[in-house]
Amino acid sequence: MDSPSLLAASLAASIAWLAIGLLGLIPARESALARRVLFPLGALAGLALAAFGAQAAWLPSASLVLPLGLPDLPFHLRLDPLAGFFLLLLGSVSAGVSVYAAGYFRSESAGRLGLICLQYHVFLASMAFVILADDAYLFMVAWETMALSSYFLVTTDHRLPAIRSAGFLYLMIAHLGALAILLAFGVMHGGEGDYSFDALRAANLSPFWATVAFLLAFFGFGAKAGMIPLHAWLPEAHPAAPSPVSALMSGVMIKTAIYGMVRVTYDLIGGVRWEWGMLVLVVGAGTTLFGVLYALVQHDLKRLLAYHSVENIGIILLGLGMSMVFFGFGHPAAGALGLIAALYHTFNHAVFKGLLFLGAGSILHSTGIRDLNAMGGLIRKMPIVAFYFLVGALAISALPPLNGFVSEWLMFQTALQAPLLENGVVRSLIPLFAATLALAGALTAMCFVKVYGIAFLGQPRERHGAPPAAAEHAGTDAGPMERLGLAWLAAGCFVLGLFPASMLLTLNRVGASLTGSGLSDEALESSWLWLVPTEPAKASYSPIIFLLVVVAVVLITIRLVRLVYHGRVRVADPWDCGFPEQTTRMQDTADAFGQAIGRVFGPIYLTKRHLPAAEDAAPKYSLRIEDRHWHWVYLPVARLTEFLSEKVAWLQRGRISTYLLYSFLTLIGLLVFVR
Amino acid sequence: MSEPLSSQFVNLLAALLLLLAFAMLSQRRVLTLIKLLAWQGAALAASTAIVAYATGQMHLYFSAGLTLVLKVILIPWVLHRLIDRLYIRWDVETLINIPTTMLTGIGLAIFAFSLATPISQMASTITRSTLGIALATVLLSFLMMIVRRKAVPQVIGFLAMENGLFFAATSATYGMPLVVELGVALDVLVGTFIFGIFFFHIREQFDSLDIRHMEKLRED
Repeated sequence: MDSPSLLAASLAASIAWLAIGLLGLIPARESALARRVLFPLGALAGLALAAFGAQAAWLPSASLVLPLGLPDLPFHLRLDPLAGFFLLLLGSVSAGVSVYAAGYFRSESAGRLGLICLQYHVFLASMAFVILADDAYLFMVAWETMALSSYFLVTTDHRLPAIRSAGFLYLMIAHLGALAILLAFGVMHGGEGDYSFDALRAANLSPFWATVAFLLAFFGFGAKAGMIPLHAWLPEAHPAAPSPVSALMSGVMIKTAIYGMVRVTYDLIGGVRWEWGMLVLVVGAGTTLFGVLYALVQHDLKRLLAYHSVENIGIILLGLGMSMVFFGFGHPAAGALGLIAALYHTFNHAVFKGLLFLGAGSILHSTGIRDLNAMGGLIRKMPIVAFYFLVGALAISALPPLNGFVSEWLMFQTALQAPLLENGVVRSLIPLFAATLALAGALTAMCFVKVYGIAFLGQPRERHGAPPAAAEHAGTDAGPMERLGLAWLAAGCFVLGLFPASMLLTLNRVGASLTGSGLSDEALESSWLWLVPTEPAKASYSPIIFLLVVVAVVLITIRLVRLVYHGRVRVADPWDCGFPEQTTRMQDTADAFGQAIGRVFGPIYLTKRHLPAAEDAAPKYSLRIEDRHWHWVYLPVARLTEFLSEKVAWLQRGRISTYLLYSFLTLIGLLVFVR
Repeated sequence: MSEPLSSQFVNLLAALLLLLAFAMLSQRRVLTLIKLLAWQGAALAASTAIVAYATGQMHLYFSAGLTLVLKVILIPWVLHRLIDRLYIRWDVETLINIPTTMLTGIGLAIFAFSLATPISQMASTITRSTLGIALATVLLSFLMMIVRRKAVPQVIGFLAMENGLFFAATSATYGMPLVVELGVALDVLVGTFIFGIFFFHIREQFDSLDIRHMEKLRED
């Protein structure tokens, strides 16, 4: 297909999502219609969109004007390689999530499922329109639709007050961000009155106003992406939402913010400055470290995953920041590599975080618990979920040959280009950021050792954690549809990890269409076997050979052990340290596992620990770790708002004459002003 | 004077309008206020009719007739009924004493004229010199709404303000389109009825029409 028909086809797929959502409203006695038909149809639309996007990444851009919107203000659409790449991400991840959702929502009543179906598909379609939009007007409309529909999805269980307040927090931060984005567009358009992206590209901004626009956009998109200190909604909203929704929000929605950041910075503003890159790097490093450190001390599985989303957004920002620094200093090849690494990690995170959230959803569905401290031994009851979760955990821990490793490796390769830079300070700072990335990678691995070890291995820790209703079917593995969704995303982790070269070339095309410069010619000769980001003499990586070697070493070791060792297997109790009896409560817990990190990085956390006294008859131990940002940022802002509101309330005197006087004085003031 | 006779008539009526606005500002009695309002309406109707005659615009005749029926006859009659029913023919108190109000009013009139001078130089109508008066009437009526303590004079101030706006429209552009004028006229009528109903409710609630009592409604 050529690019205009691809754009039309993508539009059709997005509209199909809207139609599927509306079909969900058909009153049905059984929830089977939505489950068996609508969600799988949505998955098909997603697959189609992914296919269109993948093709569009290799074609010149196409645009389309829709006769919709306000008079004289039609909607513009455009499909260029960047949009194509994000459509691929949205379509492929949402296909897996939709299939999974078809199985996951099996116990919902028909009425509720109809509403969920509507909101879910409107959410998907709005994300597609955010990516396809080619004017600020459609972009903002789609962006706000995305925020609202996801708000309703988060508050699906709106009868619980905690979920309502989580939803409110999300909505508030989303609106704060949208406001900043709106202002950024206002600054960018430079007073022409034309808000199409073509006009924004053409507008010639002075360095000062370009920086203002960048800062506003960075703040606005950062609020959606979850960079510190605007991340506060993620750990609240993700546990509140149903798991497929968490997977979509964490996997795809926060990536639209990355899309917006790339689109605005590289495409609309243009002329990237290295100072911007340094800001992005600092914020990214903070977000990375903070996210992973807080993830380590969480014991709510979905909350933990949410903090890992914060961390991964930080990693993506590190890649973007390095890219901006290199572009700003005039090293386009290194800059393109940074951009590619960031976009690659965006895709990877979407896939493995979607997988992990879906896995968490299966656990929650089957046992009714989210608290890691109460889990244990799930690998025996849900072996299939355990396998897929392991794939996701290995991928997020950036272990080869899975996909997380590839993008983080590309980031390190970008960081190794630092000697190109002329500015000595920046040159010496880049390795520091790379070290942050390495530290975060190690801590992530530790965190997932904790999650996997506590949840899937060992014995169930506390029985009373599970509500009685859930305990009945506790231990059932995921259903067939859920398995299919999990398998799709797990396969994505393998494909993106084992065949990175084709993705690298696609992303190179995306970067080239955006910035006009790509990787060096030597890098473009990456074959399916060898991934070469700069030149073969410096670095190359072959995941397939790595996998073969690992498999071979394992097989040979097993064989050798069998040969050398006598081969008899003896079953015995584990070493019990001389205790006469052991209970499952003696196992290591999630809190205990994170304890060491909690001590080492003590000042970062706000810890409230209650230790029982020695002679206490009924000893209770409690540990609560709170996010310091509440005290650093949010509560002061709230107090300031309250203070100012009290001052403004002085205006409210309850006297009609006074109110009339206000309007009278305003009228006089305006008349004086217009003279 | 080189101006045509019709233009001089309009100027005369405009001066009358301003005078009536000042009279309303200084008047304490509700009954007289209503009479002044009716006179203001009459002056407005007459000036509109003269403009219509001078320019030959048919729709201005309609709006003159409409003004006559509504503002000279119907609304004053409704207000009369209202104050009869409510027993409030007595004096009204002002928040600020009357001389101060009058001085403020003079300041406002001067302000309105200084504001209107550049605009009226741009307009091409025969009535353009009266734009300042129209603006002054609007501002004076607004001032009257502010300084009165009872609800009925406030409503009268509101109606007088609408008169001023109408006059401004006629003097700047020969009036608004007839449809708009019809709509505004009906709004004013309906508004008067609604105010009347609200007066009864307010009195029922507070045993008085003094708006000071509404301060209780303030949120603490």
